[in-house]
Amino acid sequence: MTDATNNTPKAKTSLLTVSPRVKKRNAQEARFKAYGIAAVATGLVFLVILLSTILYNGVGAFQQTFITVPIYLDEAKLDKNGNRDIEEIKKVSTFGYTPLIQDAIFAAIEEKAPGSEITSAKDTKALISASAAAQIRDVVIANPDMIGKSVEFRILAASRVDGYLKGRVTRDSIARDKNIDAKHLDVVDTLRSKGIVKREFNMAFITGADASESRPEQAGIGVSMLGSLFMMLVVLVLSLPIGVAASIYLEEFAPQNKWTDLIEVNISNLAAVPSIVFGILGLAVFIQFAGLPQSAPLVGGLVLTLMTLPTIIISTRASLKSVPPSIRDAALGLGASKMQSVFHHVLPLAMPGILTGTIIGLAQALGETAPLLLIGMVGYIASNYPSGPISGFMDPNSAMPAQIYEWAKRADPAYYERAWGGIIILLVFLITMNIIAIILRRRFERRW
Amino acid sequence: MYDNPNLERKVAQAESKISARNVQVFYGDTHAIKDVNVEIEARTVTAFIGPSGCGKSTFLRCLNRMNDTIDICRVEGDIELDGENIYDKRVDPVQLRAKVGMVFQKPNPFPKSIYDNIAYGPRIHGLAKNKADLDDIVEKALRRGAIWNEVKDRLHAPGTGLSGGQQQRLCIARAVATEPEVLLMDEPCSALDPIATSQVEELIDELRDQYSVVIVTHSMQQAARVSQKTAFFHLGNLVEYGDTDQIFTNPHDPRTEAYITGRIG
Ligand SMILES: Nc1ncnc2c1ncn2[C@@H]1O[C@H](COP(=O)(O)OP(=O)(O)OP(=O)(O)O)[C@@H](O)[C@H]1O
Ligand SMILES: [Mg+2]
Repeated sequence: MTDATNNTPKAKTSLLTVSPRVKKRNAQEARFKAYGIAAVATGLVFLVILLSTILYNGVGAFQQTFITVPIYLDEAKLDKNGNRDIEEIKKVSTFGYTPLIQDAIFAAIEEKAPGSEITSAKDTKALISASAAAQIRDVVIANPDMIGKSVEFRILAASRVDGYLKGRVTRDSIARDKNIDAKHLDVVDTLRSKGIVKREFNMAFITGADASESRPEQAGIGVSMLGSLFMMLVVLVLSLPIGVAASIYLEEFAPQNKWTDLIEVNISNLAAVPSIVFGILGLAVFIQFAGLPQSAPLVGGLVLTLMTLPTIIISTRASLKSVPPSIRDAALGLGASKMQSVFHHVLPLAMPGILTGTIIGLAQALGETAPLLLIGMVGYIASNYPSGPISGFMDPNSAMPAQIYEWAKRADPAYYERAWGGIIILLVFLITMNIIAIILRRRFERRW
Repeated sequence: MYDNPNLERKVAQAESKISARNVQVFYGDTHAIKDVNVEIEARTVTAFIGPSGCGKSTFLRCLNRMNDTIDICRVEGDIELDGENIYDKRVDPVQLRAKVGMVFQKPNPFPKSIYDNIAYGPRIHGLAKNKADLDDIVEKALRRGAIWNEVKDRLHAPGTGLSGGQQQRLCIARAVATEPEVLLMDEPCSALDPIATSQVEELIDELRDQYSVVIVTHSMQQAARVSQKTAFFHLGNLVEYGDTDQIFTNPHDPRTEAYITGRIG
């Protein structure tokens, strides 16, 4: 048997025609690229869906419906003796203010929307937020000389009115709602066209405190934002030095032996421990054993420090490792001590990596919810501003993600909107932090 | 252990700077340096030659205790600098390295300015009383490093921005700036072109009037050109040590001869 092809010399191939093998290889490569692009595209689509859903649901929270009316601050009701004694004025509770507001709204209705079905001042209650009385009382106590005058106020509309303007509340949906009737919505329509009822940007959502279940229009994320801030301060102040010191020791000074290997493995394990475990640890150790106050950002910060440490240690060690050994040799060869070589040369070069790791660790901690719930930093606690830095650390507070969780739990759909709004704010913080991390990395990238 | 009769002749030398006796070095279980005895003379250039992996770098790094930074490395025997054992417990390697400077195979300037590269050593050793003093030291070191003219206008540019040859001369200047008594150089020219190499060689020759220079090199020609003494290492043994002329023209050991004529290595 002779195989003809065996003896014939290798056929001359042209570079201009593609051989079948090459064709197959190219097709494989093209397919792989297509899969890759498809994967990236899927990811992008989900990201876009996610972001647009969040924006669509959440932007509403940044706007609120306000009613702007002149309110006559009746001296007979607010300062019976007429002596403007601040102590006496303070004795008048919010109940004293409610009728004044209702009168003012009713007057506006009679003037701008004559012939409406609202026939008494009491009937305007459904339009106004229950917080309005307190708002006006605060202003009056701060400026007692306003008493006796008619002053224009911008007060919060009731949550149902707000929902009506935003499309959340419709005439169908209020059929079985005891809080508001169709006649109120008619009046709102008229007052809106007259510019008395208006949707406006609501700073109070960003700066305000959480409110009771029945007053979603008043709730803001500001206090829990402060809670998060104080926690992050604790995390930064503790985890950065501890983490960096531990990493420097392990990476540069510690001998390589069983013990350091064991520590290394455990640090990696620690990074994978579910955050709720840290929460219950914090509850047992910091609150029950050490007796620190419950719900305090200090405790939250301590718990999140435990969580953030492994992240910081791992990234710090990675960036210390990436500094070429020749730099250490150069310093040691000149007669620098180990410590000098690390602090003068290695650490500055590792700094961008360390900072990036720290920021990413902080961003993780900022978004953490579960451990906070276990140590009592639940959302509804964030209803009072801390009175100072110490109270900021020690007084009960919540944190942004816990606040969002709290709002999402509440029954009123108005809170649902606020939960989405809170998520927007949280994301803005996280994205900002990540951008800073990226900028740092870019700016200080490898200089050798 | 290989006993070399030639060593005996060389021990009784005039002015010895470093004397090593029965030095053994282990990396874990690897016996990298086997019973090396050598006297390195003051104001002399000594070349270490030998095939790759024979322990030249290892031995060189013993002389300023850079091996301390390698966990698994163990050194036995005595190495004396001016009669003091540098492996004595009381010796701080930091002080030792200020006296015994080192230039590495790969140029390794700090990612800082040229000025700061040179000034670093004098700063940590407190050699300058004030800024003018420091400026002086920097200029002198850069001149000794034969690089002053190239960098005098950009002292504050980063040292890493120089060419490879310039970086190496910068590193030499940096080592010189701390005023060591001995300068160890591990293949300082392996990354340099012939022009930069000859500049460095000239420099080494100049340094000889003040320092003891020990240079590891793979180039026979270089060893012949710059050194007065040559030590030939083979498989961790110091096979032959003597005047460079003698080693290259009349080696006593057949292995030395084989190596310099290019038959082993
Ligand atoms: N850090 C280390 N850990 C373990 N073994 C090492 C280490 N450094 C060197 N050795 C071993 O010690 C021996 C001598 O190495 P050394 O680097 O001193 O050789 P060398 O003569 O400088 O070689 P070259 O000319 O290639 O630089 C080699 O067998 C090497 O494998
Ligand atoms: Mg070597």
